[in-house]
Amino acid sequence: MLSIDRSIIDAIVAHARRDHPDEACGVVAGPVGSDTPTRHIPMDNAARSMTFYEFDSMEHLRVWREMDDRDEEPVVIYHSHTATEAYPSRTDVSFAGEPGAHYLLVSTREPDSEEIRSFRIVDGVVAEEPVQVVEAGVDPHAVQSYMFGQSPATVDYECSGR
Amino acid sequence: MAIEVRIPTILRSYTGGAKVVEGTGDTLSDLLADLDSRHGGLRGRLVTETGTLHRFVNVYVNDEDVRFLGALDAKLSDGDSVTILPAVAGGAFGFAAAAAISQHSAAVAAISQHAVAAVARDDRRGAVAAR
Repeated sequence: MLSIDRSIIDAIVAHARRDHPDEACGVVAGPVGSDTPTRHIPMDNAARSMTFYEFDSMEHLRVWREMDDRDEEPVVIYHSHTATEAYPSRTDVSFAGEPGAHYLLVSTREPDSEEIRSFRIVDGVVAEEPVQVVEAGVDPHAVQSYMFGQSPATVDYECSGR
Repeated sequence: MAIEVRIPTILRSYTGGAKVVEGTGDTLSDLLADLDSRHGGLRGRLVTETGTLHRFVNVYVNDEDVRFLGALDAKLSDGDSVTILPAVAGGAFGFAAAAAISQHSAAVAAISQHAVAAVARDDRRGAVAAR
């Protein structure tokens, strides 16, 4: 499962909407071994395309070195599909070279609804995982109790069963 | 007399888990041959069967992308640092367009845009690599 803060998801979706109809891409770094995405880094799509994205190779080197210096790793690698569903294409699978990362896909095909899905891609095999969006200021490990009508502290996006 | 080479996670199975290894060579090509003698199979993940640098990796000498330094012919000196990173790329293309192209080979000719054709090639290569 990917657990990620609402503020980071909002920033990723905003980035994807801003670059629409071109695909947007980026990284969320987190401390090595934590599996917790904490630092959102929007990247340039060097391909500037509606159907393809590619990190600029120099920005890629700079950002990866910076993560190394800060004892971080790419916990999430995200990109948008702007006319199709948020599911990895064959191209995405071919390129997926970070076996430890959550590959987050955002579809901006619907202007008003958020479509976010997360995948592990290892050795060419795609496995979808649930996404838990954690609202700011709420300790996800704390026991919460609610009265009817209150908003939940987390939103779970289940796998669609593909 | 050594060149430091930084190995990404996905290729550390070839280096016994080592993040940094050392090698020698006057060019990137020589260096990869040297590394392959101790870390068998590593070169095959970086260089295609036709002897060019693989599309799925970025290789840097110090702060430069080797694609701008002559790729495999890039000159190396003692003390250089070589960094290998898996390219981060993809996109929706493979989904709809590759299916269309497979049904209409004439469509390939119709797509004159270089980048689109390049992705189509990569997609086929990836399909082979993924098996």
